[in-house]
Amino acid sequence: MTNPATEYAAGQGIGDARLDGRMVVDPDSGTDLLEVAMGPHHPSTHGVFRMDVALDGERITRLKPVFGYLHRNHEKLGEGHTYLASMPYTDRLDYICSLTNNWAYALAVEKLAGQEVPERAEYLRVIVGELTRVQNHALSVGFLIQDMGASGTPLMYAFREREKILDLFEALTGSRMMCNYMRFGGCRVDATSEWLDAVRKVVTGLPQFADEFEQLLCTNEILMARTQGVGVLRPELAVSAGVTGPALRAAGVNYDIRKVDRYSIYDRFKFKVPLGEHGDVYDRFMIRLLELRESIKILEQALKEIPDGPVMDPKAKIRNFRPKVGEAYGRIEAPKGELGFYLISDGGPNPYRYRVRPPSFVNLTILEDMCLGHNVADVVLILGSVDIVLGEVDR
Amino acid sequence: MKTLEEIQAAIEAAVPGAGVEIVPNPAPSGEHSLRLKPETAVEVATFLRDDGELALDYLSNVTGVDWPDKEIAEKVKVTRAVTKTVDGVEQTAEETVEETRKRVEPGFLEVVYHLFSMARSHGPVVLRMRTGNRSDRVDLPSLTPVWRSAEFQEREIFDLYGVVFKGHPDLRRILMWDGFKDHPMRRDYVAPDDFEYEPTPHDEVLARAQAHRAAQQAAAAAQEGTGQ
Repeated sequence: MTNPATEYAAGQGIGDARLDGRMVVDPDSGTDLLEVAMGPHHPSTHGVFRMDVALDGERITRLKPVFGYLHRNHEKLGEGHTYLASMPYTDRLDYICSLTNNWAYALAVEKLAGQEVPERAEYLRVIVGELTRVQNHALSVGFLIQDMGASGTPLMYAFREREKILDLFEALTGSRMMCNYMRFGGCRVDATSEWLDAVRKVVTGLPQFADEFEQLLCTNEILMARTQGVGVLRPELAVSAGVTGPALRAAGVNYDIRKVDRYSIYDRFKFKVPLGEHGDVYDRFMIRLLELRESIKILEQALKEIPDGPVMDPKAKIRNFRPKVGEAYGRIEAPKGELGFYLISDGGPNPYRYRVRPPSFVNLTILEDMCLGHNVADVVLILGSVDIVLGEVDR
Repeated sequence: MKTLEEIQAAIEAAVPGAGVEIVPNPAPSGEHSLRLKPETAVEVATFLRDDGELALDYLSNVTGVDWPDKEIAEKVKVTRAVTKTVDGVEQTAEETVEETRKRVEPGFLEVVYHLFSMARSHGPVVLRMRTGNRSDRVDLPSLTPVWRSAEFQEREIFDLYGVVFKGHPDLRRILMWDGFKDHPMRRDYVAPDDFEYEPTPHDEVLARAQAHRAAQQAAAAAQEGTGQ
């Protein structure tokens, strides 16, 4: 038997095969689905991002993400530049975590050209990469709480910690956010021992921040009521939809590229991969806090073990760098998920094909599936818990 | 993980006539790939996902590559008979001449899929598919029914490269706006001078004014001619 509501909706041009049977508007009741464009300038969308939603009262019956407002064809730009000249552009993908973008790109090019990275440079990469993860997770949790209506306090706690880390980035690379730090075969500049001491000082303070954040938020009644059981992502769907990062692990799938690929020197550190049980917004929020703690563990170990030595492979070619014909796909566990770069070389100074596999973009695929049946106010939370950055989605 | 040859053999056993070819990759990364025939691609993809040993349940990256028509200049040695007049007597001699011949290798669009296994933590297995050409035979089967993560990424390839994925549930432009005509990631794409240009009523008025002025000038010129 066909659902009259679905038929009705199809007649109105708002039908969708996936919603079959879920549409609850009764055509005789005199009510209608309300179509709302959330965004592109809604503060909860974390940038210029629109969700075309169809509402049945307060409930979401359809949600289509619309983006591309920041599209500048990053990949085409990459084909027009030399390999090295694309490095500062990668900062602008996920502008919260520029250093992990640099890292993924450097890793892909090193894989393409078969380059080695000195040990001290690997340690520095791990240190700045994990610092990036700490500040990203702190910030994304802060913004999530902000979206929920707790304006100010938790976000400012996160910003206070992020500010300390950005100061470290500025001291090392010369820039707070657009770091442009890594090179093929190492890092651009060496860290001084004073800088490492400053990192140690910040890292010693981080567990206290995590405690404070947890005490403030984790057992908060309103937070639990708003986030538990909301936006549930089943593990099968998460795997099929290519969701990566904290959102995947919150669904209970044990997949961390740092453990799977063991790229760089991650096989030397002891750390755990926290997993969620329910895959709801609360789990995604908790996973970020737990990962933050694991990152602190990695930082402590890396700061203890970091050796002396060069930070750049002396054989690495900076000028006239032309990898041989071939292709490579390099990926890392960026704070938001799997960040991959796919490069094809035709032997020239520019890549023939330069592809970015952004985690935020792919994680948005199942936004509709997570939001259907929930209230409008929950959409804001679900989007916040996916943790997107539009610089990366739109490229 | 199985080697690529073993995977190829397993595919041939499961999907007879799959016609999977191995494409070697000369880079040190050593990520060789499998080229699928579009006709059997969905079957092969389903096998790769559901096979217990491979279990490639995670499609990480989908991307397009444009390979335009290539003009290849070859030097060919040609022997031909030449008639010459030597001392008033016509003679035929054979002469070998080097000639440059040009041939055009037709271009195509390629779609590349990077597969991993979350269940077994291995990968990548790289799949590729080619379209017939770059103009009218640009359709390929969509793998979105097999792996949901292809949904947005195939839309992006449709948008930026112009590959039409048959069987995609919602094939629309994703990054460019709906009214946009071209495919900007193609190698021969030329950006317009003015992205914002839209015909306005003002254009019509302007055109009418110009036509009017031309008629006036012609009339004036004709009057001057009769006046003299």
